[in-house]
Amino acid sequence: MLTVKEPTIVITPDMQREIDIMIAKYPEGKQKSALIPLLHFMQDHNDNWLPASVMDQVAGILGIKPVEVYEVATFYSMFNLKPVGRYLLEVCHTGPCMISGSDKIVDYLKSKLQIEVGGTTADGMFTLKTVECLGACGYAPMMQVGRYYHEHLTESGIDTLLEDFRNRKVQNN
Amino acid sequence: MAGKKLLLEHAHIQGIRTYEVYRKMGGYTAVEKVLTEIKDPNAVVEEVKLSGLRGRGGAGFPTGMKWSFLDKKSGKPRYLVVNADESEPGTFKDRYLMEYIPHLLIEGMICSSYALESQRAYIYIRGEYKWVYDILEAAIKEAYEAGWLGKNVKGSGYDLDIYVQMGAGAYICGEETALLESLEGKRGNPRLKPPFPAIAGLWNCPTVVNNVESIAAVVPILKMGGAEYAKIGIGKSTGTKLISASGNINRPGVYEIELGVPVEEFIYSDEYCGGIKNGLELKACVPGGSSVPILPKHLLLKNTQGEDRLMTYESLSDGGFATGSMLGSGGFIVYDEKQCIVRNTWTFARFYHHESCGQCSPCREGTGWMEKVLHKIEYGHGTMEDIDLLWDIQRKIEGNTICPLGDAAAWPVAAAIRHFRHEFEYHVKYPQRVFDADHVYQPEMQSLSL
Repeated sequence: MLTVKEPTIVITPDMQREIDIMIAKYPEGKQKSALIPLLHFMQDHNDNWLPASVMDQVAGILGIKPVEVYEVATFYSMFNLKPVGRYLLEVCHTGPCMISGSDKIVDYLKSKLQIEVGGTTADGMFTLKTVECLGACGYAPMMQVGRYYHEHLTESGIDTLLEDFRNRKVQNN
Repeated sequence: MAGKKLLLEHAHIQGIRTYEVYRKMGGYTAVEKVLTEIKDPNAVVEEVKLSGLRGRGGAGFPTGMKWSFLDKKSGKPRYLVVNADESEPGTFKDRYLMEYIPHLLIEGMICSSYALESQRAYIYIRGEYKWVYDILEAAIKEAYEAGWLGKNVKGSGYDLDIYVQMGAGAYICGEETALLESLEGKRGNPRLKPPFPAIAGLWNCPTVVNNVESIAAVVPILKMGGAEYAKIGIGKSTGTKLISASGNINRPGVYEIELGVPVEEFIYSDEYCGGIKNGLELKACVPGGSSVPILPKHLLLKNTQGEDRLMTYESLSDGGFATGSMLGSGGFIVYDEKQCIVRNTWTFARFYHHESCGQCSPCREGTGWMEKVLHKIEYGHGTMEDIDLLWDIQRKIEGNTICPLGDAAAWPVAAAIRHFRHEFEYHVKYPQRVFDADHVYQPEMQSLSL
């Protein structure tokens, strides 16, 4: 075990039902297949990040070794291994977005939020990240925030969006 | 002239996402035909073979032939896995299809699973498409309620369950064996082949992995018959194809084309891309997703014999990599005259470096070197030797890895140097001008004697 200090997640009966459905998608004895969906689920219930203690908990639920969870959690870019802001702003900057102005969008967010890429605002509200192609090339520039894509970004559009996030007007997860 | 629409024919209809409207528009009649008319699973495979359908994910391997490799005699369960891990830069067609007409995919999966005599099928969708996952789950629920899924589908005695599995951000999981690893709850490391998935795939059982669009295309194929489908298109490029168009064009988006439309028409016609944005000139295009070679305008619109280049597998690859490219996934990225090819190539190299699984050293190390050297050139610290070094690195990656990610990373770098070497040299020679211009391409570059 990497650490014992971080808390585990309290699994409510409702959550347990969802976990059971997840595992039932696979044949008997193949419950390890539920690992990625389960990590998503636990991350959603843990302020969008996965401490080692939660990974250990996932290993316990699926009856696999903790290392089998760590090696997967560290491989996939959507699992956050450190705490992130309430809203994780993931701006795509691969080719098609780049030629459609994503560099300017990243610069604007940096100056507006007064953080660097990878940083989190002091109030813990926003984390800014650049990511590789999200499959929205025709609607560039774009960013993903939580469950949803925000496309055709402009500076004024970003102003409105950030304001709505601050006022919790926009759905996240 | 508007071409035939087989996949997106009803995409614009209000409520087509729901079972009720989809069914009203003739949905699930392909399943009815399979269960009550065709009946023999192998006859369904034959129809798909007859259609000439080629895998729509990028490689273009004949779908019917892939199906015929499936080991049906092992006594083990057989699986159909739909590859919805769409992540190749420039490609966003499967997302469109699943988002707007999810039942088309489900209908295609039922017909395909029946043909493969599989009773359990999975859709592996990239984790970022979370809301599309919700749409698929809702559509599958509707299909169960209407009796198209579950035990004894419509009284036929055939049982089928479909499940959706979410990925978590890894381009490599679009490679079919990496996808299967991921579906088994592991890192997405591609497997050494053979054995191929048709013999030992998911949980070591015979498995067919097909792209979303390929499986959706099975529906019109069965409705019209394979032979009829094969009449659409040109030569071995049969049927229709979804093209996702992006970049500096007036009308970016997803278009269904009959294979064979001239590239020039696709770019300039108001029916498709609508020409280059802001009145600028076309400079270059990546016609099939970031991994295929970029072509400058003169090689894109005509081949070296001066014939019009067409949107087909054969025409786009005419001339090999020296003067041609590939239809690939249909991720069509268009560049105007002001775009910097060095910067674009750097973002692609960075992408492949980020997405390399790390198993094979040529790819793990090589993609990182290419990213660094390209960054160095783009930011004004490059030397002429760096350009040759870059060429050398890509050459040593290609063909030396377990899966095609190595090739996919090497090809765009090779093509950029092959066709736009003068831009690399300009960056080396006049770094300050590149900076002053905010990394926007200077049209006078072309004419400068270096």
